[in-house]
Amino acid sequence: MSANKETLGKTLGVVLAVCLVCSVIVSGAAVGLRSLQQHNAMLDKQTNILEAADLLDKANGDIAGTFKKFVEIRYVDLSTGEYVEKPSTNFDMYKAAKKPDMSTALDGSPAGFKRVANVASVYLVKDEAGNTTRVVLPIHGSGLWDLMYAFLAVDVDGATARNLVYYQQKETPGLGGEVQNPAWKAKWDGKKLFKDGKVAIKVVKNASSNDPYTVDALSGATLTSNGVQHQLDFWLGEQGFGPYLKNLKRG
Amino acid sequence: MANTKELKKVLFGPILDNNPIALQVLGICSALAITTKLETALVMGLALTSVTAFSNLFISIIRNAIPSSVRIIVQMTIIASLVIVVDQILKAYSYEISKQLSVFVGLIITNCIVMGRAEAYAMKNPPLMSFMDGIGNGLGYAFILMVVGTIKELFGFGTILGFEVFTVIQNGGWYQPNGLLILPFSSFFLIGGMIWAIRTFKKDQVEAKE
Repeated sequence: MSANKETLGKTLGVVLAVCLVCSVIVSGAAVGLRSLQQHNAMLDKQTNILEAADLLDKANGDIAGTFKKFVEIRYVDLSTGEYVEKPSTNFDMYKAAKKPDMSTALDGSPAGFKRVANVASVYLVKDEAGNTTRVVLPIHGSGLWDLMYAFLAVDVDGATARNLVYYQQKETPGLGGEVQNPAWKAKWDGKKLFKDGKVAIKVVKNASSNDPYTVDALSGATLTSNGVQHQLDFWLGEQGFGPYLKNLKRG
Repeated sequence: MANTKELKKVLFGPILDNNPIALQVLGICSALAITTKLETALVMGLALTSVTAFSNLFISIIRNAIPSSVRIIVQMTIIASLVIVVDQILKAYSYEISKQLSVFVGLIITNCIVMGRAEAYAMKNPPLMSFMDGIGNGLGYAFILMVVGTIKELFGFGTILGFEVFTVIQNGGWYQPNGLLILPFSSFFLIGGMIWAIRTFKKDQVEAKE
């Protein structure tokens, strides 16, 4: 570290050269790996949808193929509950929720977010013959630490839950993080979501497994369980998929 | 120059004799946060090892050209670039794990071990030795992380690398998981215990009483 290399020109030159080389490497890596990363992100999403659809065993590793064969992506206008055209080519309901012209502001923030997209994506799960057997609905809302994202699988009667798969959450591992425990997820199978047209499903302590309207809360994770409850209340309600599920029931 | 003995010392010294976490107490925050499961600890150890090794290598190569007035900034630029590249590679080839590590890969940039080795070793030593020094220190870090990760995962979840060892009560077994161990700060106790254990066997690491 001798003093002779301390001229301004040299310092600037070295810094610029280092920055230039580094930026080339970084952008090279980002651009070169982007398609792989997007592929991974898509595969990850499809895996979770297939899990909610109970098709993972059937997929046997071929996620993309199975998804293509058995799952149809449709778009639903949340206020009417009717199917609509795909709003834009790269439509993403979570990105749309941030755009004023594609979303609606909510009164308060019932499930921890302030805007909801006007159009949501739903995933219709087909059997071999092409008949829809269940629908997978994307839901989200805040848990204890952060927003949690899940796929809720519902039978075509629009009222019976089959699966609730949380795929992105930052809850405390071992406590709230147990939303991903298979034993807890299995509790949702067959639960009834509505009673007399109102959201009836409750996450409560010491729920009986025979009661179709209650699911046992996670022990040591009251706030996460409350979060799950609020998410279901919102997404099954009038501002969420309520109208759509009613239409589904009517056929 | 790089004779075998020196090489060995540089490569394996940091694992027990001069461990960056246990002796120098550097890089603690990431050691606390990502050791809940052994798998993430392993990947984090690998990521840090590769970043430290390559940042040492590159910094050592240009060490005579780096003006000392801006050397920290130049080091940071190189380290940050490497971390971004590692992060991108993880996202592309190991998506699940990159989701779990999330922000902590990015935080390797601020990990004192990387900076510390760049400043203390790579600025004064030739590239090959610096590279080895980076690997050695990365391994020292990874070693502690893996021990802590193993203990935390085994007693906090009853599993190792996701395989069930003790069947926990939630799944109908007998083992009541230790809730303390799944929280990040329990690593304080474990790392503290390890420092104590290492210093019991290697008395020279004990600091003189003030």
